[in-house]
Amino acid sequence: MDFTYTVLIPLIPLFMFLFLGLNYKRIKEPISGYIGTGGLLLTALISFYTAFQYFFNYGKVDGVYQKIYAYNTVWINFTETLHIDMGIMLDPISAVMLIVVPLISLMVHLYSIGYMHKEPGFTRFYAYLSLFTFSMLGLVLATNLFQTYIFWELVGVSSYLLIGYYFEKPSAILAAKKAFIVTRFADFGFLIGILIISYVAKTFDFKILTNLDFINNLKMQAGMFMGLSVVTVALILIFIGGAGKSAMFPLHIWLPDAMEGPTPVSALIHAATMVVAGVFLVARLFPMFYFFDDGFALHIVAWVGAFTTLFAAIIAITQYDIKRVLAFSTMSQIGYMMLALGVSGYGGQEGLGFMAGMFHLFTHAMFKALLFLGAGAIIHAVHSNYMQDMGGLRKHLPITHITFLIAALAISGIPPFAGFFSKDDILAAAFEHNFPVFIIGYIVAGMTAFYMFRLYFRIFWWNNPEYKHKPHEAPATMTIALIILALMTIGSGFIPFSDFVSPDNIPFNSHIDWNLAGASIGIGLFGIIAAWIFYKKEKDLSQRFRFAFGNVYKWAYNKFYIDEIYFFITKTIIFKYISAPFAWFDKQVVDGTMNGVGNGTVWISSRIKRLQSGKVQDYAMFFISGVLFIIMIIWLSVNY
Amino acid sequence: MISGVSIYEILTVSTIIFFIGVYGFVTRKNLIAMLMSIELILNSAALNFVVINKYLFPEHLGGAIFSIFIIAVAAAETALALAIIINLYRLIMSLKTDDTETMKF
Repeated sequence: MDFTYTVLIPLIPLFMFLFLGLNYKRIKEPISGYIGTGGLLLTALISFYTAFQYFFNYGKVDGVYQKIYAYNTVWINFTETLHIDMGIMLDPISAVMLIVVPLISLMVHLYSIGYMHKEPGFTRFYAYLSLFTFSMLGLVLATNLFQTYIFWELVGVSSYLLIGYYFEKPSAILAAKKAFIVTRFADFGFLIGILIISYVAKTFDFKILTNLDFINNLKMQAGMFMGLSVVTVALILIFIGGAGKSAMFPLHIWLPDAMEGPTPVSALIHAATMVVAGVFLVARLFPMFYFFDDGFALHIVAWVGAFTTLFAAIIAITQYDIKRVLAFSTMSQIGYMMLALGVSGYGGQEGLGFMAGMFHLFTHAMFKALLFLGAGAIIHAVHSNYMQDMGGLRKHLPITHITFLIAALAISGIPPFAGFFSKDDILAAAFEHNFPVFIIGYIVAGMTAFYMFRLYFRIFWWNNPEYKHKPHEAPATMTIALIILALMTIGSGFIPFSDFVSPDNIPFNSHIDWNLAGASIGIGLFGIIAAWIFYKKEKDLSQRFRFAFGNVYKWAYNKFYIDEIYFFITKTIIFKYISAPFAWFDKQVVDGTMNGVGNGTVWISSRIKRLQSGKVQDYAMFFISGVLFIIMIIWLSVNY
Repeated sequence: MISGVSIYEILTVSTIIFFIGVYGFVTRKNLIAMLMSIELILNSAALNFVVINKYLFPEHLGGAIFSIFIIAVAAAETALALAIIINLYRLIMSLKTDDTETMKF
């Protein structure tokens, strides 16, 4: 099977970006939406077809899924083995992403036709969305580490552009800047990691880097650094890059602020696709993470994931801005995925964690995009982001209500919705390999159910406030996207994921362990019932609990003051005590030297410019004196 | 070959003419006078050519021909310079070098 046509998958969105971006003044509002959505529909169909062909017809050779290079070209050549390529690689996880990214992107494109109605810069919005889709597809299909990095940065740029979409709003500008700087700071680690790997392994190629023979060789050859293999250090640095993009503690601070962007953007970039790039990256290099230093780097991944999932879940319970609740929920769920990868083994049933992580990535993309798009429909109807302005919306927004409920049940891990299956696999993997992490995951499962249903009851039940404008259901383009995603949320849990994705690319059988599943359903129901007691009707029970928790509540409400700590470190310590003296040195000493040279030249030339008198006779005089002088010297040197 | 006059004497005369010309060029305040000084310099050069030809290489004619060229070129050059000076005079009604020093710093 010739997969060369897959180059179209990233190129169509790129073309759409250039077309819409260059003509953004000429193409008017609904047209650009249709063009963008149409182009993406084409991309999505090609992607689905490719994924189908890969999984069912051509990907498997002798029971092992192959890494297929559909297209690969050397872009920059350094040495025989070390070169930067551009290409398309198909393997199980990129094929999974080929379903997730175009599907969510298509839904968001469709939804935005309604949501972004009458926004200035409608065409610009679609151009940016196409740019993002192009970058994300290039990232997931990359054949080598450096191509991943290039598209990684492109994804960051499009995220920046979309967060700052309302560029006349100062808060949006600040949020965009923060997201870009924080992720860019993390990407610095990624870059150093890539450079170390290129130095040690002398290749960027994924096929070689994840080859077990190659890894065994590399284990012998690679030097040591602080008791660890150099490769492990590189992997930890790469994970820092992934943690920045995936909003892992302590690099998570940009994600809640990124909610300043339009809601469809939050659904696409900051919930479903871009933020899972870190998970994807760890999964992509999983054999390296697993085999070097007995999985030391993988343990870091597991613990960072576990900590983040707990940390974000605590904050999510206290927030009032519905998009922030969802943002922290996203952080928490990505922590879950990281945790799953971190507790995974390699080969056969041991690879359950890896499979569960990717499975959760898949299902989470569906239900979190659905939650965000539902939140967008609610915001569209109520014109506020805050829970206090909502309540009793189930009568006004019936379709949004049902789809939101489905998504909330899915994220809470209630069967038969998608989240149950993936979350159960994660908990099973954690239970076998890392018990403390399992405990954290188990508690967080209950907290997830609680904060999601807090959100649900608070928005759709609670009381019936008087609305200034009567909220009305969103237009068809928006509800269609909601319904399709809801169907995906119901159905995608039944996909036998372990037949497709595993760390060694050999399918295995996984069964639901109903003891564990029962326990996780139990804690999910417990969370839901607790939320039902607290938030079904308007009452002050939650207020009383808030006072009972006192300072703990206050810390959580203020996101544990992580932003303030960052401000203290950057503003007070770095800017004041390091940057300011450097700035002084630069202004006074470096600039002073340069200015001194310049001023000296000006002063000297102001003195000697009078030699140019404008009289030919003066010049002749100089000339003759010079000639006579030279003649005198020659005469003297000849005679003496 | 002029009897009783050696090459040194004639070369001395030409050197004197040359430096008179240089002196005049540097010191005169009138543009016409400067032009005349240039003519003196040229004439001393032409004189040198002729004298050296006559005294050192009497069988050749190169120096004499060269001096004729110099005279012709000097005439053309003088015509050009005079044209410039006349135009300048029409412009500023003056021929003093002090009045023409506008092309300076």
